[in-house]
Amino acid sequence: MIFYVIRRILYVIPIAIGVTIVCFMLIHLAPGDPPDAVLPDNAPPEMVEEVRAAYGFDKPLPVQYAYWLSRVVTGDFGRSIMTQRSVASEVFPAVLNSLTIAAAAIVLALFVGVLFGALSGYRSGTLTDRAITFVATTGISVPHYWLAMVLIIVFAVNMRILPATGMGPGGSSGFAFNLENLRYMVLPAIALAVGPAAIIARSVRGTVSEIRKQDFIQTLYAKGLGPTRVFLHVAKNAAPTLLAIIGLQTAHLLGGSILVETVFSWPGAGFLLHSAIFSRDLPILQGAVLVLAMFFVATNLVVDVLQTFFDPRLRRG
Amino acid sequence: MTHENAPLPVESAAPLVSVENLSVTFRSPDKTVTVVNDVSFTLREGEALCLLGESGSGKTVTMRSLMRLLPPTAHYTGRIRLRGIDVLALKAGQLSGIRGSLVSMIFQEPMTALDPVFTIGQQIAETVRRHDGVSHAAARTRALDLLELVQIPSARRRLDAYPFELSGGLRQRAMIALALSCRPRILLADEPTTALDATVQIQVLLLLRSLQRELGMSTIFVTHDLGVACEVADRVAIMYAGRFVEHGAVDDVLTHAAHPYTEGLLHSTVHAERQGGRLEPIAGSPPDLAALPPGCSFEPRCVFARAACRAGMPPLSERGAGQLARCIRGSSIHEASAPVYDAEASL
Ligand SMILES: Nc1ncnc2c1ncn2[C@@H]1O[C@H](COP(=O)(O)OP(=O)(O)O)[C@@H](O)[C@H]1O
Ligand SMILES: [Mg+2]
Repeated sequence: MIFYVIRRILYVIPIAIGVTIVCFMLIHLAPGDPPDAVLPDNAPPEMVEEVRAAYGFDKPLPVQYAYWLSRVVTGDFGRSIMTQRSVASEVFPAVLNSLTIAAAAIVLALFVGVLFGALSGYRSGTLTDRAITFVATTGISVPHYWLAMVLIIVFAVNMRILPATGMGPGGSSGFAFNLENLRYMVLPAIALAVGPAAIIARSVRGTVSEIRKQDFIQTLYAKGLGPTRVFLHVAKNAAPTLLAIIGLQTAHLLGGSILVETVFSWPGAGFLLHSAIFSRDLPILQGAVLVLAMFFVATNLVVDVLQTFFDPRLRRG
Repeated sequence: MTHENAPLPVESAAPLVSVENLSVTFRSPDKTVTVVNDVSFTLREGEALCLLGESGSGKTVTMRSLMRLLPPTAHYTGRIRLRGIDVLALKAGQLSGIRGSLVSMIFQEPMTALDPVFTIGQQIAETVRRHDGVSHAAARTRALDLLELVQIPSARRRLDAYPFELSGGLRQRAMIALALSCRPRILLADEPTTALDATVQIQVLLLLRSLQRELGMSTIFVTHDLGVACEVADRVAIMYAGRFVEHGAVDDVLTHAAHPYTEGLLHSTVHAERQGGRLEPIAGSPPDLAALPPGCSFEPRCVFARAACRAGMPPLSERGAGQLARCIRGSSIHEASAPVYDAEASL
């Protein structure tokens, strides 16, 4: 087990290097010369050269990469072109905000998805099952930004029971654990949770009903176990699949919630990416993408290790 | 053990297993098929019965009925009593109280019959704890004893092994240990060696036979192998299309079969008594249970078939001491005192 974990951690190194290369190349793959973004259209050539030298763009690419990487590992991602503040001071709080709302959404999705998915799997073929499947299929197809707007209109504009946008009273942009701040999380968390909840419900249903058809379930009943105890076996067998989905959905929520964060003005990574794209703020874009990508890699690692905890067969690979 | 607290009285004179006119019907919206039909037999303490028959003849369904281990689409009629307990009348809680303790089952596929994500030790200890209510440590010790009982080498290490880490033979031994974990009085073994390699088959069979004798369990065995039947069983029952077509002591049935199907089965399989003889498969194919012929189910494939066979299903009739066959040929059913099969008389 411990060897598996070590080996799995070592696998992360080449992946992480690959990620940094892609993020580094991002600036060079973007259309136009990198300094163009900060320079006026009619900048004199000396000024262009000056900026190129200041940002290190005059050196060969591998040198630039090595230089960039050596700064990145110390947490120095450069400066935002728009705000001139350090990229780290922009990106980290935003990612943290995204993590907060993503965590709330995942917990909600997990609770609802597992509950209804397992119910559906146990009642497969019945009316309950079909009703849940119908709702889940609808949930998957609903665009989350549309849902976000509907939620705002219903609960914030018409019923006036929940705040429409922002992260806290008075435009606060950091998370505080109190009732007032939690109220701001409700609508974005629901908007983000619906899709993952539906996906979790669908796959839990499939996994559970598949496991319940397996021969060993007969053995469990044959040895005199009751339904609760048998469910424990079903759950442990279903855990690796569930973990894989949670991992994917978490990653998806972290990076893919641009539209929902924009609708709710939630100051997260998606929101930051959105404004960085429109202002061509490449250092911010690069920093945010790098941090998010590293989160994906870390999530995968955690999922893989946890999976083997539930299913020993996976340790062999 | 919990089943001893079962509210139903235990008559010591009654046979350990008594099945009367058991029929099992699978019902689904689009069709209804009776796959076990009017099966009756009894089994005494320590006795071994072997069920023989082509696949699809209802052997597995018959066995699983004894612990009501069939999906909810199955409907039972008739009566099943295990040590006097009326199985078909039990509530879910009472039923799980006798499963694994009074009666337990060894499945055909050791690969898929064990939970892949729990260790062998956990799976055995769980059963022990369920029925005997002992501590974790005591259950684990018992699991170790059981692995040693079924002769698994380095049992202590195997206790923490997962099923995928064991060979087929060891896995089936672990399955046997699991089945024996709460000292069942009745052991059901559904083709316990079919999925194993030939050399391993013999070892596992010998183990099962010696355990059965040592522990004095009543056993019902399903097999395709007549040699196995001779070795293990006291009595055999031949099944065809959900019915017992012949039933009696092993020596009687295998040496002078009374039913043409039994005869066909003997000719079509390799076994000690007929080694060197030619193998002749039974002509035709197993019947469609949803569309059985009006008379004897075997009639369309039978070389002795005549008009009378199509008139109705022949009853089981006596052919000698305790041997019964469901065939009009050579039976005394045309005579005045037609002996009708009686569960007690067959003993
Ligand atoms: N759950 C089920 N639903 C419907 N039919 C079943 C089910 N289980 C078994 N059968 C049918 O019952 C018949 C007897 O099956 P089985 O007892 O498994 O045969 P055997 O063990 O003798 O090979 C077969 O025709 C099979 O298709
Ligand atoms: Mg079978």
